[in-house]
Amino acid sequence: MSNLIPVHPLEKRWIYVVLGVIALFLGAIFYTALVHQVHPPGAIETIDSATLHLGGEFAEDKLGVRTDADGHLRATLVAARYGFYPREIRVPEGLPITFRIASADVLHGMHVPMTNLDTMVVPGYVSTVTTTFPKPGEYPMLCNEYCGMGHDHMWSKVIVVSRESWKAAAPQTGR
Amino acid sequence: MTDSGFKKLVLSHFWVAFGAFGVASVLGLYQVVERSGLIPALQSPKVYFASVSTHGVLMAYVLTTFFVMGFGYLVAVSSLKTPLWNPKLAWVGFGVSAFGTALAAIPLLTGRGSVLYTFYPPLQASALLYIGAALLVIGSWFWCVIMLVMYGQWKKGHPGETVPLPMFANTANAILWLWTSAGVALEVVFQLIPWSLGLMDTVDVGLARTLFAWTLHPIVYFWLIPAYIALYSFVPQAAGGKLFSHELGRVAFIMLLILSLPIGFHHLYMDPQQGKGFKLAHGVGTFLVALPTLITGFTISASLEKAGRQAGGTGLFGWIGTLPWRDPMVLAAILAFGMLIAGGFGGIVNASYAMNAMIHNTAWVPGHFHLIFAGTTVILYMAIAYYVWPSLTGRTLVSRTLPVIQLWTWFIGMTILTTPWHILGLLGQPRRISSVVYNSVLTLAWTPYELAMIVGGAILLGSALLFLYILWKSQTAGAPEANAEIRYAGYEEPETPVPVLLNDFKLWNRIILALMLVNFGYPIAQFFFTKTFGSIGWGY
Ligand code: HEM
Ligand SMILES: [Cu+2]
Ligand SMILES: [Cu+2]
Repeated sequence: MSNLIPVHPLEKRWIYVVLGVIALFLGAIFYTALVHQVHPPGAIETIDSATLHLGGEFAEDKLGVRTDADGHLRATLVAARYGFYPREIRVPEGLPITFRIASADVLHGMHVPMTNLDTMVVPGYVSTVTTTFPKPGEYPMLCNEYCGMGHDHMWSKVIVVSRESWKAAAPQTGR
Repeated sequence: MTDSGFKKLVLSHFWVAFGAFGVASVLGLYQVVERSGLIPALQSPKVYFASVSTHGVLMAYVLTTFFVMGFGYLVAVSSLKTPLWNPKLAWVGFGVSAFGTALAAIPLLTGRGSVLYTFYPPLQASALLYIGAALLVIGSWFWCVIMLVMYGQWKKGHPGETVPLPMFANTANAILWLWTSAGVALEVVFQLIPWSLGLMDTVDVGLARTLFAWTLHPIVYFWLIPAYIALYSFVPQAAGGKLFSHELGRVAFIMLLILSLPIGFHHLYMDPQQGKGFKLAHGVGTFLVALPTLITGFTISASLEKAGRQAGGTGLFGWIGTLPWRDPMVLAAILAFGMLIAGGFGGIVNASYAMNAMIHNTAWVPGHFHLIFAGTTVILYMAIAYYVWPSLTGRTLVSRTLPVIQLWTWFIGMTILTTPWHILGLLGQPRRISSVVYNSVLTLAWTPYELAMIVGGAILLGSALLFLYILWKSQTAGAPEANAEIRYAGYEEPETPVPVLLNDFKLWNRIILALMLVNFGYPIAQFFFTKTFGSIGWGY
């Protein structure tokens, strides 16, 4: 570039500084993504939102938190105006848990404040996101995408219980 | 400058823009009051969401598009020193855009368009909203054509010469807007309009969101480029100095054009219909597009420093004090930088592939874009208006102090509005809620911040009305001033012409095409070769 146009030495130094900072940020992002597997949702999976209730993974009796055969925890939820169903779930502190969630109607967003559990819920697609809750307590699960006049009212509850009481209450299946 | 017909054209664009801005500012104050719950009688989601939809459309589409068009005509004519090419066509474009705006206003104001400015199907609004929005965009394409023709004609008439920097940037913006608006145009024309008219039963929401994301990032540069034109070609001389370097300015505009287009998926980080790899690729581009902005920050700061030192400033920071702070253009630039730096830090969080999850769709997001868009961009629109008003109206501004007060109050109001807004986001408050009804202790911490936002909103509304008052009063009662001119003497005319690549867009257009194919080709095509399920329309 500097052979083509005059670039002041100060400008050149500044550009190197900026490129260095950008490289640092991108390096951090790639490091957490590739080494620690920190990713946003992104497994493209389609579903017919109009027939969720008729059967399959998101039928009413299949919803809630359960332990898969391999011991991994899974929470299956449906987002529909105006709530996340089931309206209350119990999950353990400190164990990885995978949320699978689908919308029965319009666009919603699921966010549990103070955690990194966050995903859009797009009709026609299943959102999958895995997280670990570091601290016990009662957390609201809020809808963070405008979904109609009741949007303000769309929330559910996540109760994070300590590891000890989780074990005591085992085996945990269904809601 | 030029004939009165041309001035009328530009003033008409500006008044539509600023009129929309005034109305939307009133709605802005209403919104912060309503959502705080301070006045229980005011509570109504119906009115609130109609208001936010209208506020968003007026600020993001009407203010900006009309301002960009009006200013673009002015830059073309005054920097190329040629008359406007085909004024009739320009009026047709204005008419189409204005008619579209009026059509869209009908559903918005009657509560039949409360789907927010982002449309987000499968919520379905009256077809008038989508048709109106499409016409607003189509009208702006007339502007693009006129800019491209004027650029081409000037180059033909001046072989081997360098296109003036402001017009180069203006042309880059016209090209940027054609590329940018294609995404939302495809969504509206092929999905939303037929679907809302009942010609199609369902829409694929994943495809619609992908097309919208195509537009959603570069559109902010479409809004921002007039502000950058002011920074490069008005600010240095207003400060009493010269532009530090114009070659790098051209490089910055080209980078903005190329890099802002293929990166829209940072709006879809949390979406399930796009894969991780493409999200990461768009994330890399998102960080790269910081480069032209940081170059601009450097060049303008260096220009200001030179001017400040010429005026006697010494020491590391002494030159800041000797700048002409009472000049609206210089003041606006300084305040704009203040907001841009703060907002830039927030932007790094938003742009980060993984950190985004913490703030996605929280109150942090409107806090962020009010700071950068309503703050940085709009304050420079205001300074531009003050700067060009005498040459457009043939009258001086009625006061030298009022504009300074107005710009300061805009900055102060924006600081008071957006700081609590960011904090609310970190405290978990979602964006786009009309009231706080979650039965959770978490929300107790929110109240003081919501109240602080009302103070910010009130100051901002006062500032907005003062802005309109100054313009109106000056136009109707300012002292006549016959020979006000718009000058771009910010840099030395290059002695040797700049390299062809910095004077032309052909190669850059091909590069954009290639990048768009790489970053959007497969992500859009996938909806056509995998089985997806559309959504019927939903009321709200
Ligand atoms: C006059 C002072 C202003 C106030 C008090 C204000 C306030 C608000 C509020 C409370 C919202 C609702 C946000 C939410 O709940 O998520 C909003 C939305 C919005 N504002 Fe402003 N605003 C102001 C000025 C502006 C300006 C100058 C612009 C841009 C030029 C702007 C652009 C927007 C946009 C695009 C939205 C739509 C956001 C959405 O749909 O989520 N605002 N504003
Ligand atoms: Cu919602
Ligand atoms: Cu963006």
